[in-house]
This record gives sequence, C-alpha cells and structure tokens, in this order.
Amino acid sequence: MIYLRLFWAFFQIGLFSFGGGYAAVPLIQSQIVENYHWMEMSQFADLITIAEMTPGPIIVNSATFVGQQIAGFPGAIICTLGSIMPSLLIVLLLSWVYMKFRNLGTVQGILTGLRPAIVALIASAGLSLLVLALFNTSLSEIVLSQIELSKGVLADFRMVEGFLFVACLVLLRKYKANPIVIIFGSGIVGTVVYLLM
Amino acid sequence: MSLSPVLKEVRYLQREENTPWKELSNAQIYWQLFKNIFMLSACTFGGGFVIISMMKKKFVEKLHWISEEEMLDMTAIAQSAPGPLGVNIAIVTGYRIRKIPGALICTLGAILPPLIIISIISLFYNQFKDNAVIALALQVMRVGVAAVIVDVVINLAKNVLKTKNILWIGVMVGAFVATVFFKVSAIVLILICGGIGLIYSLISTLISERRKGSK
Repeated sequence: MIYLRLFWAFFQIGLFSFGGGYAAVPLIQSQIVENYHWMEMSQFADLITIAEMTPGPIIVNSATFVGQQIAGFPGAIICTLGSIMPSLLIVLLLSWVYMKFRNLGTVQGILTGLRPAIVALIASAGLSLLVLALFNTSLSEIVLSQIELSKGVLADFRMVEGFLFVACLVLLRKYKANPIVIIFGSGIVGTVVYLLM
Repeated sequence: MSLSPVLKEVRYLQREENTPWKELSNAQIYWQLFKNIFMLSACTFGGGFVIISMMKKKFVEKLHWISEEEMLDMTAIAQSAPGPLGVNIAIVTGYRIRKIPGALICTLGAILPPLIIISIISLFYNQFKDNAVIALALQVMRVGVAAVIVDVVINLAKNVLKTKNILWIGVMVGAFVATVFFKVSAIVLILICGGIGLIYSLISTLISERRKGSK
C-alpha cells in the first residue's frame, strides 16, 4: 500500500527533524533517495531548490512534492499530513502542559529565563537573513573567515538592497506598514530597479 | 451616496479586527485564525522565525489576542518540539485561543498554502526554476523579510532592556553571541536558559522566605 508507506516515511521525517529548516534536508534525502528510492539525487536537488524558492517549511514542501510525483494529489495530501502529524501531537501535548502549569512558580522561573533567549534566537535568524540579503553570503562565512577575507566579502555590499532595507524599516517602524505589503513590495520594487539598471 | 454603506462596512470590519477575541463569535474567531495563519504561511519566505515575527505583529501588536510574554513562551514550545517551526507556532497559537479545534484550524491554515503552491509548481517545475525574473524577485524579497524581523527584534529587545535586570539582559546578549559566533543549537540554548531561569527563581524564593523568617 503506497499511501501507507508514504505516510510512514514522512511521519518519521517529521518526528526526527529537530532544529527545523536545513536540519531536515539530510533526513529527507536518506528517506526518499536512499531508503525508498522514490527520487534520483538530481531530482532531489531540484526539489530543495524549489522548496527554498517558495514559502512554507521545507518538510511540508518536499512532502507535497514527493507525494505529487509518486501518487498524485492524494499522495501529496497523505505525505503532508504524515510530515506534520508528529508535530501536531507533540506540540499539543506541550501546549496543554504549558496552559495547565504556567502559573506555577518553577514554571514561571523557567519561562522567564527562556524569554530573553528566544529574543536572541529571533535576532540571530534576522541577522543571518539580513547578511544574506545585503552581502549575498552566509553569516557563518563572515564570522568564521579571517579579517582580510571578510573585508572582501563586506566589499560586496549591495546598494539597492541596502536602500530598500532602510526604506522598509522606516515604513515598518514609523508608519506601521503591513509586513506582507513590505515583503512583496520590496520584491517588486527591487526587481524593477534591477531590470532597469 | 452609494459610497457611505461601503465606508460603514469598512469601518465595521476594522472594528472587528480590533475587538478582543472574547467578544467575537466562535465562527468569527475560527475564521480570523484560519485567515491570518493562511496569509502568513503563504508569505513566509525564509523560515520559521519570519512567521513568528509576522505572527507577533498580527496577534500581539494588532489584534491584542496574545500578550508578548505568551508569544515568547509559545515560541519556546514550538522550538522544543520536532517539525517545522512555522507549523508548530500555528498549532500552539490555535490551541491557546480555542483548544484542539483551534489547533486543527491553524494547522490547516499553515499547511494549505505550501500544499497548493508546491502542487501547482511540481506540475511544471522546470519552467519555474529557470525563470530569471522569479529568481531575482525572490532574492530581493529577502530584504523585506529581514526588515520585518529586525523591526520585531527591536521591539522585543527594548522590552528586555526595560526590565533593567542585568541577568536577563546578559542572557539575551550571551545567547545571541552563542548562536551567531559559536553555532550553539536552539535546543541547547533553550535547555541552558530554562535552567538559569529555574535556578534564579529557586534562589529568589529561598531568599524571600529567609527574609520572612528573620522578620
């Protein structure tokens, strides 16, 4: 029964993909390419490219893509449900625990310690994305490389993106602009500017 | 003349946007949850923290359905479970507002956009991945995404600084340095900082009990 196998393969992927994002890629690869032979490696590389270019988590994107290729639209639905089922069960359990015990002193203490750390995690995700957008390189490359090398990387600063970023931030902070409008607006304005240049 | 009913309608909708969720009917709450999660999920280029930043803007700053502290707690929960962060945060949010039915509605809202988009793309993916204009637009769009996250981070960090508690400011700076420079994973950070919070609260209750005892 192909549907059951698809469901189970993506259930496992969902269950063991801690850390999110690219942490899941090797896991998906081992299941789809090596374990079940549902895809060639070149197809898998295409899948990752597409998953990266479109919104949505990489696990859900690849589940939909593989399901669609193997068993059509029902397959896409089965795979997607399989991939998020572990999250759904575990997150529901944790949410229940949180709502039930969040007023306890010890739980309050743990949460108070966690909040600044979560702010830091969001900040570091924002910084990585900003570096990628402005310098077209990854943050770790700048941090890990020697100082001379990072100077070379920093020289690649993209003016168009730099101006766009400042404009977006001003619109968001001063004029409380809608974030969805900002994201698509920056895409449209930037594309037009690059095509005209 | 024909314009005024439209304006009234707009005003009515705006009012609905801003009323606390306890005053809305069940159907309205489920619709708002589904609609907002669907929209955010359809527009999250660049990973789970983008969706969290956008959800914070929508549910904390705009709708006032969730407090800022709760949003951070919920982010910690979403981080602690396996699976994509964007889907996990949608599940916690749904559960927080309307228990299990809310969680299911939000899950649906989170997975439908990628399901639809990828299904369509997988039918003609060669044309899509080789299109230079699409590639360019997606690349420039990162700037907008980064701006949204930076905006949210400024607000969050300001509130941590406002506590004027050197420990929490230190935890924030330390955790930032640890992730950026030392690649410490989110799970490890959550365990360590949760531990710091636990020890701090145990020590401060111990001290206050001693004080009470000595009086």
